[in-house]
Amino acid sequence: MSWEAWVPLLVVASSLLPGLIIFGLAEERVRLRTTFNLFGAVVKLALVALMLWGVFHEHHYEARFGLLPGLELVLRAGPLALLFVTLSAVLWLLTTVYAIGYLEGSPHRSRFFGFFSLCVSATVGVALAGNLITFVIFYELLTLSTYPLVVHRGTEAARRAGKTYLTYTVFGGALLVLGTVWLYTLTGNLDFTPRGFVHDLGPEHAPALVMVFALLIAGFGVKAALVPLHGWLPRAMVAPAPVSALLHAVAVVKAGAFGIIRVVYDVFGVEFAAGLGVMRPLAWLAAVTIIYGSIRALFQDDLKRRLAFSTVSQVSYIALGVAIVGPIATVGGVVHLVHQGLMKITLFFCAGNLAETLGVHKISEMNGAGRRMPWTMAAFTVGAFGMIGAPPIAGFISKWYIGLGALETGQGWVILVLAGSSLLNAAYFLPILHRAWFRPPPDRWPVEHDFGRKETAWALLLPPVVTAALALGVGLLASVPFSPLDWVRLVVQREFYTP
Amino acid sequence: MEALLSAIPWGPVLILLPLAAGIVCFVFPSTAKTVGLLTVTLVPLAVAGLGWRLLAHGVYHHAIGGWGAPLGIDLQADGLSLLMLAMTAVVGFGVSLYATGYFKAEKSGRFWPLWLFLLAALNALFLSGDLFNLYVTLEMIGLAAVAMTALEGARGALVGAMRYLLATLVGSLAYLLGVALLYHGYGTVDLGLLAARVTPSPAAWAALGLMSAGLILKTALFPLHFWLPRAHASAPAPVSALLSALVVKGSFYILLRLWLEIFSPMSGGVAGLLGLLGGAAVLWGSSQALRQTRVKLLVAYSTVAQVGYLFLAFPLAAGMGLTAWSAVVYLAVSHALAKAAMFLAAGNLMRFGGHDRIVDLDRVVQRLPLTAGAFALAGVSIMGLPPSGGFNGKWLLLQAAVTQGRWDIVGVVVIGGLLAAGYIFKVLGHTFTQADVPHEPIAVPARMQWAAVLLAGGAILLGFLAPPFLALLAVGNPFAAGGAGS
Repeated sequence: MSWEAWVPLLVVASSLLPGLIIFGLAEERVRLRTTFNLFGAVVKLALVALMLWGVFHEHHYEARFGLLPGLELVLRAGPLALLFVTLSAVLWLLTTVYAIGYLEGSPHRSRFFGFFSLCVSATVGVALAGNLITFVIFYELLTLSTYPLVVHRGTEAARRAGKTYLTYTVFGGALLVLGTVWLYTLTGNLDFTPRGFVHDLGPEHAPALVMVFALLIAGFGVKAALVPLHGWLPRAMVAPAPVSALLHAVAVVKAGAFGIIRVVYDVFGVEFAAGLGVMRPLAWLAAVTIIYGSIRALFQDDLKRRLAFSTVSQVSYIALGVAIVGPIATVGGVVHLVHQGLMKITLFFCAGNLAETLGVHKISEMNGAGRRMPWTMAAFTVGAFGMIGAPPIAGFISKWYIGLGALETGQGWVILVLAGSSLLNAAYFLPILHRAWFRPPPDRWPVEHDFGRKETAWALLLPPVVTAALALGVGLLASVPFSPLDWVRLVVQREFYTP
Repeated sequence: MEALLSAIPWGPVLILLPLAAGIVCFVFPSTAKTVGLLTVTLVPLAVAGLGWRLLAHGVYHHAIGGWGAPLGIDLQADGLSLLMLAMTAVVGFGVSLYATGYFKAEKSGRFWPLWLFLLAALNALFLSGDLFNLYVTLEMIGLAAVAMTALEGARGALVGAMRYLLATLVGSLAYLLGVALLYHGYGTVDLGLLAARVTPSPAAWAALGLMSAGLILKTALFPLHFWLPRAHASAPAPVSALLSALVVKGSFYILLRLWLEIFSPMSGGVAGLLGLLGGAAVLWGSSQALRQTRVKLLVAYSTVAQVGYLFLAFPLAAGMGLTAWSAVVYLAVSHALAKAAMFLAAGNLMRFGGHDRIVDLDRVVQRLPLTAGAFALAGVSIMGLPPSGGFNGKWLLLQAAVTQGRWDIVGVVVIGGLLAAGYIFKVLGHTFTQADVPHEPIAVPARMQWAAVLLAGGAILLGFLAPPFLALLAVGNPFAAGGAGS
């Protein structure tokens, strides 16, 4: 194996090995554990930077192992893979810092950080998977490694939430495996290929291919929280805040959305899939999810639950952008993978800060939070405006491209969905901002912790401020080289559409 | 070195070594633990030696005393035998390690001779090539297993053991009758010779029916599984592990051999029936496991379900023999490792908390992390999630079923996996939460925890070992007769 084959392996190993070591560490070895965590996260970032440079210059990073007869475990760093890997690596580092601050002094941290690292390894594996079977393996590993995080608190409610989470995801996993086996028996090949690998099958296979497509999308749709497969997401909110942040921004829902992208572009090929007639239903499903999630979010008083329903809605922008079938909308959908991640993780970090510092869990308790915690609420405000789609924050760029792409392909109804969703987003975010900034704070916060002159601990404050700045930055500097938007254009040109 | 490795008669060593060690343990109980551990360490080495021979020289034959079949006793091994021997050696080692911590002095003196005797019988079974020797090994296994089930001496254990004894005797008897019919009709009990001679006839049909029924009873295929949950749940943990992991595989192995060598050409409808029973076993066993309130019974019913998967391959073999049978062997070996690990983990839970009620597990994941981890890893393989041997087996099985359009079997495999996830996480969920009545824990020796982790890790590791596993399995092409081509 050449050295370039080792790089994708090391990217996975850079969180897997620290994770396994951390499992074995005694609870009180805080410093050693933190060192391993941060060391792994920094090494991963460095490796990802190396790959970004290499892939841009058309180097190939690929590792292969025999898995089953005719099947290999393939890790390959292509442009699309790198988009997701970079997002995971950056947000993992920030979330690790946040989690160290958030869980300070709480029990079972070795277990927590062990599974946290496994979860990131699985996500990176999903991102780098070079064929569908590798994707499925890491996707299932992701299910298994997030379960202990969801039930981490060990309460009866956590156990029930874990059960719901598993019921959905294991069911989705079963559909996914079935679709994958079926596809394999049809094609004898599962390698992700630009513009797909199924178009050589004769027209007599079309019904089977439609079924395979439905199974795969349903399998990924569970994690991507497509209605009606979204029920686990709001309930998984019992997990600690860093887990929710990671679940919503990077790991779980994004793995599902990323799977949909892979299936559409690298398994079926978007033009072939459109020919099968499966893209229109997917677009409708995504549109319904966008509106439904937003409406449900309106009626939640629990902040994390409102954010959860907002995720249901926002993640489907990715599916929508993909399902419109056109290069411009695709850019909007795929880049939303990054943009939504940055904005949503900011919002969850802020929600965690409110809960940890003030004991505030409900929106009705947030009066005057902006005066008590200005930095946190400023970050929250950036995230919220981004979600609404206000320029120049990242969310605007995604919506702009999706809308433009819809007009280009003559699907005006998408504009209605986008506008309706933006209105609803405004309707459930603006009241929060109004409360936080313009209403007087209460005499006493529910459970207030004192951090001296700071509004909260550094480890809790820094990550949301950084991610909010990033969300603003990638929107402002969208047309600069190596911005997410620029990179996605490269992906779409190189991989998705026939030039 | 190579000459030495070739010169050692690996087959007889694999049988005589544990047999002799068992006798030593019986005569000198005080040495039992040492002799036993030494033996189970040497047996895997001997299997490795045999494996080396197989890869270097192909199928292994050894005529004891120089007398060949049909007069003397022939030992033979191909890839299938070797994998079964390897499975026995690895599971045997893990369970033995565990047993050194589990049994106190007096029980230990009884356990080791029986277990080494069982090990010798299992090795002999996997090395035998004629029906009568197989019968003898089957009886040896049955008796040793029943005696081990009763080792605890409590009332529940005795009832379970009696039922088990009855089932195993009836099973052996049916098998023996079938052997007698074949011997009468074709004048030989050698598998190879019979394969050439047997023609569809009433006698052959009757033999097929009797032998299959007897072996199915011993393998505990639904609806003849009635004896298994009680026996496996009431036995001491290491014994449960051996019974579920290895003993049911012994009788299944004979059935598989009979099928591959003799009966497959003459058995259209029977394959369908076996598949049907297998499917029913998967659904029934899994849903019963889901209903259990105690860990050991849950794990025992899971065995009923997992045995069912092995039979799903029979109706698939006609079209895709190699894939279907590879799936079966993969599932059998991964189940052996995973199920042994689960029973050992369950034993740790019982030792630790004094009970195995699922709802009262009380944060085991914090107090016995290795045991909880072993149970979870073994569970991954049992559910058939990747990466694990169980996943590879199910993948191959699904591949065979989808290719042939057998959507009923696909449905059973998928639903079985979902139900398995249900019962595994039913246990795991409670290991995270606090119980109403907190435990007063009793310490569990580290090696008892590590033994479970070792075996569960093996089941996971199998998920990465498909190329060498399938290459070994292909030695001697054991499935050449059982299904046309790939």
